[in-house]
This record gives sequence, structure tokens and C-alpha cells, in this order.
Amino acid sequence: MDLAVASDTVARWQFGITTVYHYLFVPLTIALAAITAALETWYVRTGKEKYFHATKFWGKLFLINMALGVATGIVQEFQFGMNWSQYSRFVGDVFGAPLAMEALIAFFFESTFIGLWIFGWDRLPKKLHCACMWMVALGTILSAYFILAANSWMQHPVGYSINPATGKAQLNSITDVLFQSTTIVVVLHTLTAAFLTGAALVVGISSYHLWKSRQKQERGEQVDRKLVASMRTSLRVGLALAVVAGIGVAFTGDNLAKVMFKQQPMKMASAEALWNSETPAPFSIFAIGDVNEGRNSVELTVPGLLSFLADGNFTSTVPGINNIAASEAAKYGGKPSDYIPNIFVTFWGFRLMIGIGMTSFAAGAAGLWLTRRKRWLSPQYRTGDDEVPRLMLTRDRELGGFLTKWGWRCGMLTMGFPLVANSFGWIFTEMGRQPWAVFGLMKTSSAVSPNVSVTMQCIALGVFVLLYSVLAVVEVKLMVRYAKAGPVTSEQPPAQDPTLRGPGPGSGGADEDIDKPLAFAY
Amino acid sequence: MSLPDVWFVLIAVLWTGYFFLEGFDFGVGVLTKLLARNESERRVLINTIGPVWDGNEVWLLTAGGATFAAFPDWYATLFSGFYVPLLLILVCLILRVCAFEYRAKRDDERWKRNWEHAIFWCSLIPAFLWGVAFANIVHGVPIDADKNYTGGLTGLLNPYALLGGLTTLALFTFHGAVFTALKTVGDIRTRARATATWTGLVTAVLALAFLVWTQAHSGDGWSLAAMVLAVVFLLAALGSNLRGREGWAFVSSGLTVVAAVAMLFLSLFPDVMPSTTDAAYSLTVGNAASGHYSLTIMTWVAGIMTPLVLLYQGWTYWVFRKRIGVQHIPAAH
Repeated sequence: MDLAVASDTVARWQFGITTVYHYLFVPLTIALAAITAALETWYVRTGKEKYFHATKFWGKLFLINMALGVATGIVQEFQFGMNWSQYSRFVGDVFGAPLAMEALIAFFFESTFIGLWIFGWDRLPKKLHCACMWMVALGTILSAYFILAANSWMQHPVGYSINPATGKAQLNSITDVLFQSTTIVVVLHTLTAAFLTGAALVVGISSYHLWKSRQKQERGEQVDRKLVASMRTSLRVGLALAVVAGIGVAFTGDNLAKVMFKQQPMKMASAEALWNSETPAPFSIFAIGDVNEGRNSVELTVPGLLSFLADGNFTSTVPGINNIAASEAAKYGGKPSDYIPNIFVTFWGFRLMIGIGMTSFAAGAAGLWLTRRKRWLSPQYRTGDDEVPRLMLTRDRELGGFLTKWGWRCGMLTMGFPLVANSFGWIFTEMGRQPWAVFGLMKTSSAVSPNVSVTMQCIALGVFVLLYSVLAVVEVKLMVRYAKAGPVTSEQPPAQDPTLRGPGPGSGGADEDIDKPLAFAY
Repeated sequence: MSLPDVWFVLIAVLWTGYFFLEGFDFGVGVLTKLLARNESERRVLINTIGPVWDGNEVWLLTAGGATFAAFPDWYATLFSGFYVPLLLILVCLILRVCAFEYRAKRDDERWKRNWEHAIFWCSLIPAFLWGVAFANIVHGVPIDADKNYTGGLTGLLNPYALLGGLTTLALFTFHGAVFTALKTVGDIRTRARATATWTGLVTAVLALAFLVWTQAHSGDGWSLAAMVLAVVFLLAALGSNLRGREGWAFVSSGLTVVAAVAMLFLSLFPDVMPSTTDAAYSLTVGNAASGHYSLTIMTWVAGIMTPLVLLYQGWTYWVFRKRIGVQHIPAAH
């Protein structure tokens, strides 16, 4: 028995570590694919060099990042069978379907069209090349959709029945699984958060280059105006996206919380450290819980606010941890304490997710105002498209030197914030579901592979921790190197639009064409 | 044909697609040390599969996902049972993705050499381990009444399985050499043909031994037919390669992979994982499959998507149809 407990603990650590790690790359991949596609679209439409440079630059960072996202994604698919075979047997009929659809529809899209995009600069007509990136972006979004539908089924199982002969879950409505409220809201929340993540990265790196250029300018050194132009555009795109996505995250988050109060009241009660049912329920700003006593020893609350967040009404009842635990124990057997997740993790995970994520939104909103369009500024403060913008508080008041420095620094410092918020979000939602693997149907402790020894689990965990650490160092160094290098502004957009048939007669000497180097090679 | 039978065929098709496509890109990975003589030649080899290896690899993810959906018990028993080889394969595939994408990202000798080691070993090891895994699946492994594999790591390392591993390694290397001859130009193309000849002969010896052993242990009339086809295609590939007919050689080496995988699956049917503990514990197409509704949905999805995937992946190969040689490799960046 002790051994079984240990093995599911180790398997959970492996799942947690590999998933949080994988999810550092996923949101950046989703957002950067769409951002790169949008920039390339502007390039194709306007022919402007700054869009070309920006496309190439963000595309490169996208690829460095996507490589690890793809690589670590393979682990995710194998892991269910390797460590969670009992789970896989029980849910395969339902859970396997969205996974298989993800591979058949989304993965093939992403992987095939990214190959065309990377190597196709001199092979595909501009418009087709750009369309390939949109296909990649679509693939990343579809992929998120299917895997979140699968996850939502674990959070709130629908569209299934338990086969009396085998005791296993059996799918009876694919539309319920793909379109249930949990799936829809979770997908919107996750996607908007992903765009906020990408936006923060774009803002951070653009801020770095613009601030460096500004400093150079002040020292009287030569500034690369083409770099400034493409980074200035990128900055504005990033800021605008951060604001739109940030508002989206907040709205969908509020919706998701309301859905969760109905579907998994324990998760939300534990997010709020609300021990006992209250009418109306207060929102907890700060609490130190005493799990043994089932109450908070210290807390600071806003009366009625939780009722409003849960139900849109300041006076409704919100069920508490102790009450829900007692009723779950009565329903499923065991002690009430078996049904209480780790309150410290859920309470603080929830708060950090919101706090850190919204900081990026605030930075975006502030930045969008400070770098606003020319016509909202007095003429003497206006800057050209290839100049570093001034940070303008009002029509004719610029931030002082110190504040300007910190304004740009804020953009850089909040670059990774959403990544942290995303991680806390996932840790919260997965740990808040415990002790269940599939809510109400299968406990995590009975989901693990019975024939994989604890030693084996530990070895696998060690292998992944080691491998992932090394790769983290490699990837961060590469990202920093390429981010710092900035767009290669000496690169010119191709003079002639390539044709699918290859270079035709009369487009230069035949021998030259045959031996022309590839536009891109590994 | 019942729906589970259809899905058995579809999963065979997905694995066939995987071994056909990733087979040659594993082979090209192995050839970076067998065939290439310098940095430029290594880059030529890597870039012959540059635009396509990622798409090729997704066939594995799809085969895995489809097995999970259509035969949950097969997926669960296989993945939890073959833990160590799959862990190794995972590590290799992760490093291999990074190696392709990151190798040229720094102009630093040690950096590039390290990733080249990764490309070689992380192509060679999975090419070997997939053969070990499939030989064990076809041969049967100890599986208990709860459908759990009980053989441990040593249960997977038997002579038959190791022969299976060597066979896939040789076959994929041969397939890769034939592909290289088809996709390159210049000196490397000539040498790729020579490499194809000797790796083809090694493959012929290993494959004949492995396939005959498979046929003797678990074959029937259908698998015998597939085996004969595999041998005929292999000889055709060798012959075409010797005559410099590179297109035909590639088609034939590809068909060798198809026929060999078909033979394994024909030997397996109607089991999906036979148990050597007790035949009653064997996982079969009947007892490991998902319900009718789930399989119907998945049949629609696979029926529409698979041809579409073949279409746009095929188009990718057409876009990058041009042969490449050392003169096409741009300076390092």
C-alpha cells in the first residue's frame, strides 16, 4: 500500500514537472505563430521592409521556442500510457478521441506547414508562404482546443456512460465533450492568456531594443533606424495585444470561476480558503489557514464579494470546504479530509495567477498610453516611425529621465510574468481537482500504472529533470542571444516573388539558378 | 469487417506511414556519420530532410493517439510495459528535435559537433528500439490476467527482439541511403548509392532471418505472402539502386518497409498483444477495442483527415523536389 502511494506521488511529480515545463513553450508558440503571421500579412500587403524584418525576427524566436514545445509535447502523449495505465484503460474510449483528433488535425497541420514556412522563403510565392504561417497558427489553436477538451472532461466528465460489463467510461456524445461549457470557457481563457504571454514577450524584447537605441542616441552613436522601425511596430502590436488579451483573460476568468463554482465547488472554496458555507460569502484578500482545525487563523476579507464573483449576486450562499468535504465523503466514502486539496497551493496559486497575470495587462495598458499615436501629442514631441518614441504622460509632458528609464525597464522586467501566471493557473486547476483524476469518477491514486516500480518512476523523473534542465539552459541562452541580436536589418526582402514552378527562363543564367544556395538551411 | 478490425488496419497504416517516412529520416541521421565526410556534406544530408522530418514524426504521435482512442488496453499495456525502451525513445526524439533546430544556430565547433552526435545517436537508437518493440509485440510477452506486462526490462531483450532491432536499423539506414541518392547531387550522391548497396545487402541478410523467424513463430498464409513481397521489393530496390534508377529504388525500399510492417501486423492479427503467460490473457482486437460509438466517430475523422494529410504532405515533397548538393548550402549563420 505504501508503495502504491509513493508511486502515484512520483508519477504526479513527473506529470506536474513535465507539464508545467511543456506549458512554458506552448503559449509562446500559440501567440508568436499568430503574431508572426500577422506581421507577414502586413509585409505582403504593404511591401514595407520593417514588417519583413519583424516577421523574420519574431519567426526566428518562434522557431527556437516551438522546437522545445514540440519535443516536450511527445512526452505528454506517451506519459498517460507509461505512468497512468489504469487511467488510460478507464478513459481511453472517451479521452483518446480528442487526443487522436489533435494529432490527426492539429499536429499534422503545424508540423507540415512549419517545414514549408522555414524552408519555403525562396520556393513559395509570398502569399502562399504567408498562408503557411496562418496554417501553423491555426494548428496551434486547434491543438490547444482538443487537448483542453480532453482536460475539461477530466474536470467535468460529460457525454459518457459507464459500461456495466467492463466498468469503463464509454463515449456516447462527442459533441458534449467538444462543446460543453467547461471546454468553451477554458479554451477562451487559455488562449487569451497565451496571447497575453506572447504579447508580454514582444513588448519586453522590443522595449529592450528601443531603450538601447535611445541610449545610443543620447551618447551620440549611430542608431540602426531600420531596427528601430521594426521594433517600434512590434512594440505597438505587443502593447495592443496585451491590453486586448488582458481584458479577455479577465472576462473569461470570471466566467470560468462561475462555471467552476457550479461544477467543482471544492476547487473554488479552496481557492478562497472559505472553510464554512457563508451567506453572503466574503472575498479573502489574505489568509493563513489551519488545515487541522479547518479554519483560517489570520484573514483579511471583503464582505459579500465572493458571492458576487461566484453567482453575480452579493447575497448568495457559497459552500465552504468543510461542508463540501463532508458531503463528498458521504457520497463517495472515506473521511472528509480525503476530499480536501492542498489549500496552501490552491489559495496562493489562484492569487498569484491573477496578480502576476494582471500586472502584465497593466504594463500593456500603461505602455499603450505612453507611446500613443502622433496626433495625440504636441508637434514638438512627435517622433517618426523609425525613431524611438518618447514616453508621453500628457499631450506635452514627457516622463522625466528617471521615469523614462523605468518605463522601458518595466516593459522588459514584466516580459516573463504571464509565464509564471500560467504555471500557477495550471497548478491551481490540477491540484484543486485532487483527489480526483477524473472528477467524481476516478481517483488519482488508482489511476497509476501498477506494474511500473517506484524505482523506475524515480529514474524516469530524474532523467526528465536532468534533460529538461540542460535544455532550459540551452534554449534560454539561444533565445537571449537571438533576442539581443535583434532583426537582421541588412537582409533585403526578395526582389522577385518566387513561383511554385521554380525560376523560369530569362530570369538570369540557368547555371546560376541551379547552383543558387538555399534561402535557409539547417 | 467489424469496426475494431477497421481500426486494427488503420493503426497498421499509421505505423506503416511512420516507418516509411521517419524510416528514411532516421536513416539519413545515421548516415551523417557513415556517409558525410565534412561539415558541408553533413549539412547536405540534414537539409534533405529539413523541411519534412517534423511532419514525418507526427505519424508516430497519431499512431499513439489512435491506439489510445481505439484500443485503450493496447495503449496502456504497451506503454506501461515497454517503459524503458519508450523512455529512451522519448529522450532521443526530444534531443533530435532540438538538434535539428539548434545545430546551426551558433557558429561554434563544439556546439555543432555535440548536436551532430545527438542527430546520429538519436536516430540510431530509436531505429533500433522500434524493431525491438515490434518484435516483442508480435512474438508475445508475459501479460497477466489484469492485462499488465510482467516481464520487466530483461523480458524485452531476447535474441529474436534484438534481431528485430538490427533489422529495422539496417532497413532504415538502407532506406535513408536510397533517399539520399534520390535527393542529392554531386559526389555525395554517388557515394550514397554505394552505401545503399552494402547496407541493402546487410538488410537482406538480417531481414530474411528475422522475417523467416517471424513467419515460423507466428505467421500464416497472408503473412507469408507479405514476407515474399518484402523480399521481392528489397531485391528490386537493390537492383534499381545498382542500375542508378534512384526513383525506382526509393519506391521499392519504401514498399519493402510497407510489406514488412504489413507482415508484422498480419502475424499479429487477431491479437494486438499476445500473452506468453496464458493465451487467455492475450489482448485481442475484440477485447481491447473501444466502444462502437467512439470508433464510428474516429472512423469519420480518420477517413477524412488521413487522405488530406497525405495530400498536403505529398505537396510538401513536391515543393522541395529539387536535389541539393554542397553548392546549395549557404554560409553558416
